[in-house]
Formats: sequence, structure tokens, C-alpha cells
Amino acid sequence: MSMRHGSDGKDLSRRDALRYGLMTAAGLVVAGPRLFGAQPATQPATLPPNVLGLPDSPDPASAKPRPPLGKGKAKAVIQIWLWGGPAHLDTFDPKPEAGPDYCGPFEKPIETNVPGIRICEMLPLLAQQADKYAIIRSMTHGNDGHETAAYLVQTGREPGGKLVYPSLGAIVAHFKAFAAGYKGLIPPYIVLTQPQGRFSEAGFMGPKYKPFATGGDPNAAQFAVEGIVAAGVTRQRQEARRELLHTLDPVRSMLGDDPELAALSEAEKQAYDLILGDEGKVFDLSEEPDAVRLAYGRNTFGQSCLVARRLVERGFPYVTINYGGWDTHSNHFPTMRTKLPQMDRGVAALLQDLSNRGLLDTTIVWWSGEFGRTPKVDYKPPWTGGRHHYGRCFCAMLAGGGFRGGCVVGESDATGSNVKSRPVYPIDLLASIYEMLGIDLNATLPNPNGAPVPLMPSPGEVRSGGILTELM
Amino acid sequence: MFRLAFTTSIFAMLLPLAALAGPATIPAHRILAADAVQVPETQIDKIVFARLAELGIKPAEICSDAVFVRRAYLDVIGTLPSPAEVREFLADNRPDKRRALIDHLLQRDEFALYWAMKWSNVLRVKAEFPINLWPNAVQAYHRWIFASIRANKPYDRFVREMLTSSGSSFRVPEVNFYRAMQSKDPQGVAQAVALTFMGTRAEKWPKERLDAMAAFFTRIGRKKTTEWKEEIVFFDITSPTDKLAAAAFPDGTRPTISPEQDPREVFADWLISPSNPWFARNIVNRIWFWLQGRGIIHEPDDIRPDNPPSNPQLLAYLEKELVAANWDLKHIYRLILNSRTYQLSCVPASKHPEALANFAYYPLRRLEAEVLIDALNQITGTTEKYSSPIPEPFTFIPEENRTISLADGSITSPFLEMFGRPPRDTGLESERNNRPSPAQRLHLLNSTHIQRKIEQGRRIQAVMQSGGNLRKTATEMYLLIVSRFPTEEELARLEAYARSGVASGREVLIDLAWTLVNSTEFLYRH
Repeated sequence: MSMRHGSDGKDLSRRDALRYGLMTAAGLVVAGPRLFGAQPATQPATLPPNVLGLPDSPDPASAKPRPPLGKGKAKAVIQIWLWGGPAHLDTFDPKPEAGPDYCGPFEKPIETNVPGIRICEMLPLLAQQADKYAIIRSMTHGNDGHETAAYLVQTGREPGGKLVYPSLGAIVAHFKAFAAGYKGLIPPYIVLTQPQGRFSEAGFMGPKYKPFATGGDPNAAQFAVEGIVAAGVTRQRQEARRELLHTLDPVRSMLGDDPELAALSEAEKQAYDLILGDEGKVFDLSEEPDAVRLAYGRNTFGQSCLVARRLVERGFPYVTINYGGWDTHSNHFPTMRTKLPQMDRGVAALLQDLSNRGLLDTTIVWWSGEFGRTPKVDYKPPWTGGRHHYGRCFCAMLAGGGFRGGCVVGESDATGSNVKSRPVYPIDLLASIYEMLGIDLNATLPNPNGAPVPLMPSPGEVRSGGILTELM
Repeated sequence: MFRLAFTTSIFAMLLPLAALAGPATIPAHRILAADAVQVPETQIDKIVFARLAELGIKPAEICSDAVFVRRAYLDVIGTLPSPAEVREFLADNRPDKRRALIDHLLQRDEFALYWAMKWSNVLRVKAEFPINLWPNAVQAYHRWIFASIRANKPYDRFVREMLTSSGSSFRVPEVNFYRAMQSKDPQGVAQAVALTFMGTRAEKWPKERLDAMAAFFTRIGRKKTTEWKEEIVFFDITSPTDKLAAAAFPDGTRPTISPEQDPREVFADWLISPSNPWFARNIVNRIWFWLQGRGIIHEPDDIRPDNPPSNPQLLAYLEKELVAANWDLKHIYRLILNSRTYQLSCVPASKHPEALANFAYYPLRRLEAEVLIDALNQITGTTEKYSSPIPEPFTFIPEENRTISLADGSITSPFLEMFGRPPRDTGLESERNNRPSPAQRLHLLNSTHIQRKIEQGRRIQAVMQSGGNLRKTATEMYLLIVSRFPTEEELARLEAYARSGVASGREVLIDLAWTLVNSTEFLYRH
């Protein structure tokens, strides 16, 4: 059952893709000219079909591009945040024809399981999942500062205004959790593992909407989650301490029926449900089979992807994987050779696993950094093969939650320096996510310091290329 | 057979008793209350106990010395006693040592720091929205409040200076009274004055009464200067005088105000007059509430005819005392703190539903957010980082500063938010949220914030590494964290924990510190 990527399966899916591609809306590049004559040599022939170690989708037909499911079906978002800015040319928008000044050593992009879509050769596993995601190659905002661009991408707003706007995570936490009556102890907007900083947070909505940064390392023997798993304290010691606390508290033993202390005891019970009970086990990766942990990659990023899957499985609406290390001004290509395989495995496993569990239809996976990196490689010292900040043109990836998969939105020019067609601004992407989550674009956001603020900017307030209707 | 069994059981009963013998023997139930403490009965006690007798409520016992020393430090100066201070007080054999301690604490600088914090809550001292005093004015205003309390400025003068002030928000700090309110129109000012100094909610008054009081505040001028965020508040002699004819005090009497006269002075003189029924009542009731956890009129800032005092005689007595002492607030603190009523144990002797409202025991209250984090820092030898990112340039508070000394309600931390520090938006006492929440409990039980303090704090580490045996070190930890000696039974339980093998060496001491920090005894005023 797990060996479904045989040549028959591939052919079938290719035919389906073709049939499907003919039905898609104009302007959407489902497949390029190679559609009819894909050359076997460009296939990732060296890749074992099931290298992920996860079962493949039982139905080979699932390799055809995922059709859109319509708005309002998504329940959760997993944001894969490549902090620092991943190079678009070395991920989802390769430009081998532009020559080594642009593509560096990555000259041989690979075909994906959707004919006509090529991605960087360092991403063979993601190449097998291309039917599940859409690539946006025409992201743009023109801002080259880390903090300001991160703010722009996650709020859709230009920095420097009177109000600090909340990020997508805080907004989703509001509509899908708090406004829906969520009362749980684990905040609904979770960041694995380190916080992103003050421009990527709750903005004017206030501290209730701030992300909960887990801290710790999900790849460590014990994933120390802030407040839930104390580093170096075993479960047995937690239980013994609780016992000790109850025997060494004369005020409580004499006044246990005091209403104040009864409320405290109730609060404590709930806290221990998280520390010792089932609720906190969402972070316990020892519950996962070794094969699954291996499939995601035994590194912090891979295991974060696995935690993210467990979180959405239990109903958490927004998980950010804050994945740093992409700010490669120098030593760019050697860094990519170590980082891209990690990223490739973690994201591919996440997509496959979500799909296998039937969660991909309700879970949006959004892959992006704050910007791309300069298309032209800087070979001068001290950079000697580096790429710098580039907000004029970059790429993003969207999967699941009802979005169409197996397609490309927009196009960059021959060197990836400018958007050639269909510009997508941050607000376009965010608004599209709202739509899929069923968040009314006319809604307002709570503002404890004044009148409620409209979710969407008024027309003309920010630049826009329009909502991604081609993916819906 | 029978005889043998009998002997054995007697033996078994005697063993734990023998184990209790030793220098630190205090029966567990005597930790909170004391049998033989001499606290003279005061006039407050005569009034309170007479009322309790009428209701058939038995008052609690007097609290133990160890409870008293901790309670007095926390209530008077918002600060834990050091182990040395606890030892000194417990070893003191003078019969009036409680009185002496109260006098000492009322002279400490922390008294002014702690009560400046309380007053800054009432007066809404906050740089940002919705008060918008802005940082420089906040610093000046807080400094003025602190200095007034440290100098024990008579209360009538303290209030009159604010109400009649004119000048720059930087140079005449008390003018910030007129800036620290959400609505600055005459009605808004009147409501703030009524709430702050009369303990009453003027928005519930008939409209004519509020408008008549507002008339006194119709001639306030405000202007900007070239200094960033400086404002001048003044009596605007050029302003229209047509509203003055409608001016009436809240008791209905109508003054005559000449156009040259600042109407705020006319109002202030009425307010602080000894015959004014509101002025003394509000402040003595607030002080009672602050120290005792419950107002004689409760809520203390909701005084109205249909919310009567639980003990009118007590309130009248305190009002009279304050006026007779020329508005010396420390006199009222002394009267309350030295009473047996204040020194009752937190263990009620009666389950009567009116026991709390009639002060039959000292009610448990969780430490305020600011006092709690200071206490955690004090016992562990750690600090907090406070800063304000808006407006730029950032403000950074020196780390050695206490949290109770934070001037600005806008400068906060996740801990302070979680533990319900008042936002200083309205000045209502109910802004403080001391309800226990699961998130708070989780934070104390299991966060890295607290774990780091316990495992890495210099002060608590020094105790853990002092090299004595477990009993000696544990005794020091008890003095440090819960301000008392451990009982024999407690030490025996700790030794059993150490023997159980679940934790070893330093971990046992860390677990003891964790236990004491999470105990109700540490977290609550008791």
C-alpha cells in the first residue's frame, strides 16, 4: 500500500493533471510547456519513491492537483516562517537559464509530481508533494528591513502607522478561538519555539492575543514546554512535589474550605491537568512512532512540524514554526546545502501526514519569509557568494485548507528580479486565508484602547493585487 | 495477650510525640495563632467586639508573632521581612514589641514607596492610553506623591494642593491630578474628584447635583508649551463665568463666587472642612479597607445612602480621630495596626455569615502582583527587567528598582498582567484583579521564569549552599520564604522526602523552595 509512486501511478496522475489543467481558470499556470513532453531525465530518478517513511496516500489519484474546496472550510493554519528571508531562486522559483551569476551552483531544478512545475534541486521530497500546494512566485512589497518586512507580511499593513496591527496568528486566535468561546489554558496562537518579536504579535488587540512561545527543543530527549514541562524535572518528581506541597501548607490545611482557597485549588487542579494530565501530552513526541519522528527529520525544525500536526489535530487554530537561519548574506550556498534538506523533509512530511490523516482539507499550510533574497549572487568579498534582502519579488507557498494545489500563481521575470505578472501583496495572501477560514472580511477587530478596527484596510490604504481567487 | 497489645499501642502513640521534642517545636495548629500574646484592647476593639457580641460571633484568636511580623511588613511596607528581621522580632521579649515594630515600619522609606503605589492606582498615574499623562509628567507626579507620603503631609493639605494647583505638568506635579482622567470636561473632573476624595460614584447622582459640582471646574484652562508633551493647567481668569451661578456643593449649599476667585479653591475649602461628612469618612474607610481587606463601607469607593457601613460607630470613631489628629494619616494606621482586631488570626472561630463584614478574623488575600514579584525577587536575589517601548526613545527601569516603585502604570510585564495589577484607567479599587486563575497557578508551579529564580537566584543559592545539614538549611529557607521556623513535623516530612529518593542532594532543597513558594502561606497575606 505504501509503494504507490510506481510509473503507472505517475502516468495516471499526469493524465489527470492534464485533464484538470485544461479546466482551470485562465492566468493560472497549472503546467508549463513541458506538460506533454516531460523528459524522464529531469525526474528525480535517484529518489526512492517512499523516502519520507510515511505511508503515501492510499489513492494514487491523489497525486493530481488538489481541486479547491471552496471558502470557509479551513479550521487551522500552520505558518512555516523562514525568518531571515529564504532565497526564492533557491527554493520555489529556480532560474537556471539566468546563469550562474543568479542561480549559483543550483543549476538543475527538478520536476515535481505536477508536470511543468520545477523547483530547486535541493527539494526532492517537496517535489513529490507539489500536487498539494500552490506556489506564488510574484509576492512583492518592496521592503528590505527584517522587522518592518516581517510586520508587513504578517499584518498586510505598512509599518509606521498610528496603530500597531496584530499579526495573522492573533487574528485567527480571535475569530477561531476566543470569539468561539475558547477557554483552554494553552493559548490558541502557538509559536514553536522562540517568539518572533514585537512586530509579529498581538498589536493593538492586547496581550491576551499574544502567541504562546513554547521554548525548549522538540528534538531534545525532553521537550521542555514553557509552563507545561519543566526542564530537568521528571514526571515522578512533579508528582512527589505536588504531594509535598500539600503536606507542607498549614494555611491550606486549616482553611481549605475558605472560598478564596477553594478557587485556588480549582485553578491548581486545572494547572496540573496540563502538567500531569492528558492536555499537555499534545507536546509529548514520545507518543509518536519512531518511524514518524524519523520521517519528519530528527532536528528541531522537523520535530516542530510534527508538533504542529499534533496541535492542529487537537484543534489548535494557529501554529507558527519560527524557523530562523535564512539571513545568508555570506556563505549562502553551503548554508543552503544543510538547511534545505531539513526544510524539504519537514515540510514534505507535514503535507503528506496531514493529507494521510484527512487534515489537509481543513489545515492551511503557509510557507513564507519576510522577503526573498537578491537574485544576483554577491561574489564580492566579504560576501563571497551571498544573497541580500529582497522585498521586490519573492515567493510563498500555500497548501491545504481548501486552496487549490499543484499550481503556480504569478510569474517573476527571467532573473527573478521583478514581478512579471499577477503581483501578490501581503494583504492579498492574508485576505485569502481569512476567506478560506470563513472569517468575514467586513468584520472588525477588538481594540481595548478605542473603537473596533476593521479587519481589512480601506480601498487604497495598502497596495493590493487582489485576493487569490484563482486558488479558491 | 491483652496487656501486651495495650502496652504496644501506648508505645506507638508515644513515639511521634517524642519525635516532636526539640528546639523548633511548634505544634502545627499553633503556627497561625498564639495563646499567650498580650495585645491591649483599644477603642477600636471595644467597638468591634461589642458589635460581634451583639451578633453572637466569636472573634478569632490573636495571631502568632511569626504571623504578625510577616503580616505587618507586607501590609505596612509591601515588603517581606528578612530572616534577620524575623529572628530579631521573634527573640524580642518586650511586651510591647508589636507596637515598636509598627512604629519602626511606619518610618521606613518603603512605607512611602508602597503607599505611593496605592495612591498612584487611585490617582491613575499612567503615561499612555487612556490617561495619557506622558512619561515626564508621570515621573514628576509620582515623585510628588511619594515625597508627600514620606513627609507625612497632612491629608487635607495633600488634597488641597492637588485641587487648587496651577502650573506646568513637569514643574508643578500636582496639576497632573487634572490631567489624569479619561474625561476632562467639568463633569468628568467632578466625577474624578467625587470618586477619589469622597469615595462616591457621581455618575449615579441626579444630573443636577453633578452639574452643580461640575460648575466649580468650568474655569480650568489648559495650554501646550514648546516642551514635548508639557501642559500648563491653570485658573483661566478670562474664561466665561456664566456657569458659576449654578455651582452648589454636593450637600446642596450654594456659595457665592466672585469672578476673580478660583472656584476650585472654594470647592477645596468646602471639601476639606472638618464638618464635611464625606472627606474624612472616605479616607479612614479606605485605610481600613487597605489594611483589613474589607471596607467598613464596602466597596470603599461606592459610598451611598443604600450601602451603609457594617459598623457605623467604628467609622465615626476613626473620622473623629483623624480630624483631631490634624489629618495625620499615620495616626489612623497606628490605631488600626495596634488593635487586637487587626491582629486576629486568619482562622475564623465562627462560621457566621456576617463574620467577615464585621472583622471577626483577618481575611486571606493573595499578595498583589507587584508585591508578589518583589517578594519572589527578594527571597531569590533576582530582579525584573521593566521597560517601555512607547513612545520612543525607550524607557528602561534600573533592575535594582522594586516593582512597587514603578511610577508608570503603562510600564508592565506579563507577570503583572497575569496577576491582575490594576491598569490605572479608572481609579476604582476593583480594577485590581486578585482572583486566582489556572494560568497564574501554572506560572508559579512550572514556568521557567520562576524555575530560574529558584534554581539560579544568588540569594537562595547562598542558603542552599551554606553547607549545613538538611535541618539547618531547611530552617534558613523557612525563615527566608515564609518568615518563621519550621515545626518538627515539617522537618520530619522533609527528611522523609529526602529519603524517598525521588530527588537527591540539591534537588531536595530546590523542591523545598518550590514548595514554600507555592504554599498558600507564601502567596497570601494571612
